[in-house]
Amino acid sequence: MAVMTYREALNQALAEEMSRDGDVFLMGEEVAEYDGAYKVSKGLLDRFGAKRVVDSPISELGFTGLCVGAAMAGLRPIVEFMTFNFAFLAIDQVINSAAKLLYMSNGQFPIPIVFRGPTGAALQLSAQHSQACETYYAHAPGMKVVTPATPADAKGLLKAAIRDDDPVAFMEGELLYNLKGEVPDDDDFVIPLGVADVKREGADVSIITHGKMVHVALRAAGKLEEDGVDAEVLDLRTLRPLDVDAILASVRKTNRAVYVEEGWGYLGVGAQIVATIQEEAFDDLDAPVLRVTQADVPMPYARELERLAKPTAGRVVDACSKVLYR
Amino acid sequence: MAETKAKKGVKARASAGSGAPGAKKVAVTKGAGRARRGADLFARYDVSHELALALLREMLLYRRFEEKAEEAYAIGKIGGFCHLHIGQEGSAAGCIKALRDDDYVISAYREHTQALAKGVPPRAVMAELYGRAAGCSGGKGGSMHLFDASAHFMGGHGIVAGQVPLATGIGWAIRYREEDRVVICFMGDAAVNQGGFHEALNMAAVWELPVIYVVENNHYGMGTAFHRVSLTDMVEKASPYGIPASRVSGQDVMATYAHFRELIAEVRGGGGPRFVDLETYRFRGHSMSDPVAGTYRSREEVEEHVRHEDPITILRDRLFDAGALDQEGLEAMDREVRERVDDAADFADAAPAPGPGALYEHVWAQPNPHGRLFFDGREEAP
Repeated sequence: MAVMTYREALNQALAEEMSRDGDVFLMGEEVAEYDGAYKVSKGLLDRFGAKRVVDSPISELGFTGLCVGAAMAGLRPIVEFMTFNFAFLAIDQVINSAAKLLYMSNGQFPIPIVFRGPTGAALQLSAQHSQACETYYAHAPGMKVVTPATPADAKGLLKAAIRDDDPVAFMEGELLYNLKGEVPDDDDFVIPLGVADVKREGADVSIITHGKMVHVALRAAGKLEEDGVDAEVLDLRTLRPLDVDAILASVRKTNRAVYVEEGWGYLGVGAQIVATIQEEAFDDLDAPVLRVTQADVPMPYARELERLAKPTAGRVVDACSKVLYR
Repeated sequence: MAETKAKKGVKARASAGSGAPGAKKVAVTKGAGRARRGADLFARYDVSHELALALLREMLLYRRFEEKAEEAYAIGKIGGFCHLHIGQEGSAAGCIKALRDDDYVISAYREHTQALAKGVPPRAVMAELYGRAAGCSGGKGGSMHLFDASAHFMGGHGIVAGQVPLATGIGWAIRYREEDRVVICFMGDAAVNQGGFHEALNMAAVWELPVIYVVENNHYGMGTAFHRVSLTDMVEKASPYGIPASRVSGQDVMATYAHFRELIAEVRGGGGPRFVDLETYRFRGHSMSDPVAGTYRSREEVEEHVRHEDPITILRDRLFDAGALDQEGLEAMDREVRERVDDAADFADAAPAPGPGALYEHVWAQPNPHGRLFFDGREEAP
């Protein structure tokens, strides 16, 4: 085990996978000479050269499509979006090409590609730079979606995403890049997609979440503990494939659940989770499943308003109290 | 093969402004590749009689194939959208037959004959149009999404200009692997107004990728005449990116073939991308639901093109003049291709539809051992 930041863990995963497979290359804005807008690709240009670490023009649709085409021809591209906010420009090539080419071609063209970058809000970046984009990608069959919350998960899941033969949206957290944690040293430390992780065991209520909100959920669980409530925090880690068994197991244990997500609630990830729980564990529920999400507004700039818009540990505690009828 | 012509945009603008509403005449294009007759043409283009006969046979095959598709569509054997290439066969034969087998072709949704030209068997193409399991896309793609990895035919893409960045990426992969292959990327004239076209051409130029971007310029994006949506001339569209551009008549398959033979050699030799305004004309409607003539172009305009701009009759007459073909030979050739097309249609007709198991196949290449991928109320793929 080594202690490192989430950013360093991602960097290690990229370096290891690029060493392992010569078909893997990284393309995006500022990934090479600038060392990455968030320094995730630091040092990779020196190590792998300009052929494999490629600065693109600011042409999200173009370079995304280029990388999908390269994948059609057998390479394994990693596309870095400076943030997923900018990936809306490219979503045609992600959904209409990457996610559908295998199916439309009856299996002839697998698209082994990773689209990665930060999703969700940072601090006071306002509406166009603060949004959680997971739902858009997880919605489409053909896609896989990964949302790591810790340095170890970031490394193990990125390696799995790069080795996967399907298009993977790998959605990081801007505010997580400096987060430190223990990461196994093993070069072959790979966390399979589709396996959720209980970040905190508990018996009274399940707080189910993904990505950056894992940390909000853990803070909420700490506060609840002070009140004598034993909350479980289940980190889905990947949204598609989704570890439904882990969700059901947790709900069957606690009989109460709250979903926490950074994005908008309407048709959000939590909507699917609630649907799945009521379809498959209705009789195990002692209360309706509640959701804690971003306010249903574009993210405002003012600090005070932004705070009101974001899910907080306090709101998670309130939701847990409701499902516990406290 | 005219070089970029300045000023044409101004003319186009003027005519767009003064045009009467509704149908507007598109002039029969003139210039390079427009000499219709002359024994010296075979020498000028360095196209032998044998090669010209082979190109004629190909174009006849495409024409009969599309006529059969039209017929099958009319009686409901082919569904969905169906965009015929009739009138534009010279582009498929002239561009693609100048390629090597291991070169790539990628296209938009008017691509039946391009698939045939790249070596996808007629049976597999027709079966795809019929939605059969034996189709080149297993019955899952249909008319707009023909794929054949073994023929290096990369689709069949339904979003206008969507294939242009993809082609650029295939060129990227060629460069990455230090191969000497080439990509031809076909698009319609409307594609040049999409952002993805410009982004992709810029990158292809900067990185000197081995891609030939070919606009099959039939002068109408669906029902919108090109001059109504562009002030600049087609052949200028790649000039902001420093890509050498040329214009050729796609109705003259010999000129097209000779031009592409040259371009392909340049690109294969590391010359970077090329852009071609391939002038052509669509003899049918935009799709099967669109009349041949109507609100946006007149019947007279279509008839004039059919009479004077048919790539098949142009080449036929040249071969007649050269004494390399006679009526009897032509009829024999036509019988032969009709047999192949009938065989393809019979095959497609008799071929089974995909079984229900196919519904959930090939959504993901790697169904992970953990977690759920499908969310339509059943546990997992059967």
